[in-house]
Amino acid sequence: MTITMGNALNRALRDAIAEDDDVLMFGEDVGTLGGVFRITDGLTAEFGEDRCFDTPLAESGIVGFAIGMCLTGFRPVVEMQFDAFAYPAFEQITSHVAKTRNRTGGKVNLPMVIRVPYAGGIGGVEHHCDSSEGYYAHTPGLKVVTPSNPADAYSLLREAIADPDPVIFMEPKVLYWSKAELELPVTTEPFGRAAVRRKGTDVTLVTYGPSVPTALKAAEAAESEGCSVEVIDLRTIVPFDDDTVVESVRRTGRCVVVSEAQSFAGVAGEVASRVSERCFHSLEAPVLRVSGLDIPYPAPKLEHAYLPGVERILDAIARLQWDDVPDLSHAGAPA
Amino acid sequence: METTLAPGGVAADLLPSPRPVQLLDPDGLLVQQPQDAHHYDVPSAERLLAAWRGMVIGRRLDVQSTALTKQGRLAVYPSSRGQEACQVGAVQAITERDWMFPTYRESMALFTRGIDPVETLTLLRGDAHCGYDPKAHKTAPQCTPLSTQLIHAAGAAYGEKRRGTDAVALAFIGDGATSEGDFHEALNFAAVFSAPVIFFVQNNKYAISVPLAKQSKAPALAYKGIGYGVRSEQIDGNDPAAVLAVMDAAVAHARAGNGPFLIEAHTYRMDAHTNADDASRYRTSDEVSAWLAKDPLSRLQTWLTVNGHLDEAGIRDAEQEAEERAADLRDRMNSEPTVEPMSLFDNVFAEPTPQLREQRAMVAAELEAEAQS
Ligand SMILES: Cc1ncc(C[n+]2csc(CCOP(=O)(O)OP(=O)(O)O)c2C)c(N)n1
Repeated sequence: MTITMGNALNRALRDAIAEDDDVLMFGEDVGTLGGVFRITDGLTAEFGEDRCFDTPLAESGIVGFAIGMCLTGFRPVVEMQFDAFAYPAFEQITSHVAKTRNRTGGKVNLPMVIRVPYAGGIGGVEHHCDSSEGYYAHTPGLKVVTPSNPADAYSLLREAIADPDPVIFMEPKVLYWSKAELELPVTTEPFGRAAVRRKGTDVTLVTYGPSVPTALKAAEAAESEGCSVEVIDLRTIVPFDDDTVVESVRRTGRCVVVSEAQSFAGVAGEVASRVSERCFHSLEAPVLRVSGLDIPYPAPKLEHAYLPGVERILDAIARLQWDDVPDLSHAGAPA
Repeated sequence: METTLAPGGVAADLLPSPRPVQLLDPDGLLVQQPQDAHHYDVPSAERLLAAWRGMVIGRRLDVQSTALTKQGRLAVYPSSRGQEACQVGAVQAITERDWMFPTYRESMALFTRGIDPVETLTLLRGDAHCGYDPKAHKTAPQCTPLSTQLIHAAGAAYGEKRRGTDAVALAFIGDGATSEGDFHEALNFAAVFSAPVIFFVQNNKYAISVPLAKQSKAPALAYKGIGYGVRSEQIDGNDPAAVLAVMDAAVAHARAGNGPFLIEAHTYRMDAHTNADDASRYRTSDEVSAWLAKDPLSRLQTWLTVNGHLDEAGIRDAEQEAEERAADLRDRMNSEPTVEPMSLFDNVFAEPTPQLREQRAMVAAELEAEAQS
């Protein structure tokens, strides 16, 4: 059966709501409309307004309300309409969602999922294309998950809903329509395991979410030039799978981190420094980042210039192959 | 609740009484109720006696807590002296099955809730963020960010409603915090979902140094309810009888499925914002002494005494209990709690991430090395 990532997410919500009376879904336009991306399509019709409902237009309210419902034993899944519109809820997320288990000495946990459609590549207007994973990953107490294909989307969302901790579930918008031949339900690997999407021996590309297909395309192109590239999809940013990454880079000796987010103080920098610390003696070249630019996400007609594409990845791979000291003048801000 | 339209087109049933509801005046005399006010009965003498006793104990523990800062036993303490009627009265009007959402200032409310004062003060002592079990007491951790807990209260109240119980949530907030966005989101959510939550605003006139006049132009903070369709009332927050009576009405309103209720209690913070604050920089001593005359404790004590519900022996008995509880608190706070450094890594997640395990091992090795040197 051909399934899109959107279908898989919808099915994961449906199955979770059907299986557990305490799971419920709420947010802006998630009821009758089924969400602006239709991820909650049909849930209200099938399960009633008690299980999937529209709330007032207030993100802080949505997340804070979910906290209160957790106190009475519910497992809410909430939808933030777009990445940048989760910022009004940032206070609730960082001050309460992330900290409550710790603040209460483990007496109170908040098993909620905050679904955030994120990142660009869809020609969206301002404030609809932010890569906000770095904010959440930087906050202890939050798990940060980002699937890159329909099977993971189903499995990881089910796991997120079952998880005793709060999960920020980052959905790469550009992949909502990506397809796979798949029978649901499906269980892929649990949180904290990266997936090796392609085997290779010369260079390791570490990536996640919206950048995975781009990295795979770049790997294919490099292969035709005689360079064997391994592609690792992190799947969960928190927890982070050091083992898979380290094992790969120790073997290949070279590493490029690919992420659509701005590079400065971001997740890609974190990955690069972890790799440098752990693989120092195996590295044949510095770890490079290929990331978005350190600018606010641009207007749709310019996003092609912002997004890290195949060319920039190939360029970084090429720089890693040099025997002499690589020209790093553009490292971090891709050439 | 059905709302009726007054001539001005205003949902009159939602509007608070034009003046703060007062049943006992500062001299402890029963007040003749004005025609235009909502009607509230004076609570029974038995309940007023219990409130008075709770206030005697609450004030003594509050004063003791401030003293503990001077002895270095508490890092900081935000006193609620002067706000006894609000903190004790509001809590005495709810039951164990109800929820409570306190701020940093609600120590007295937590004492009244039956939470061990030492556990209540854990946050302020600095050894843990919350010293009590929020689920066991149906009491959220004391909230430091302003107003955020009000939405949790709305969510919990709605959760209870969904569970089919008749439990309500009581959420405390100060006057300054009504300016925060979350206050408005909470009122709106609670109203839209008809969540049984009581928003109890203690208008103690200052947000640290900023007076209410610079905080809000609303004729009364209680009027903020009407825009959200929330039934509201304003009360004399130094009148324990008014607090109990209006809280009873609010609890009944919420329990019966009529949705949220907003109470603005006009009161005054007798001490500075915290022991670390210098209140003389922003208010006069005349203003403070004028409020001394409105003391909630003495007015109720007068009424109880004059009406034969309390005598010298009763007063001595309550004062003795308060003294004993204060001495017990002092004794138990007199030791330095041991905080286990390895607990830093507990309760970040249900299961620690590999990264946390690594950092834990690092700190453990450091401590080991330290112990050996
Ligand atoms: C979101 C947020 N901003 C600022 C502060 C710092 N702060 C702590 S208490 C306070 C004043 C609060 O005044 P009010 O709401 O009137 O309550 P009161 O302390 O008088 O009881 C401020 C500004 C805070 N705790 N949270």
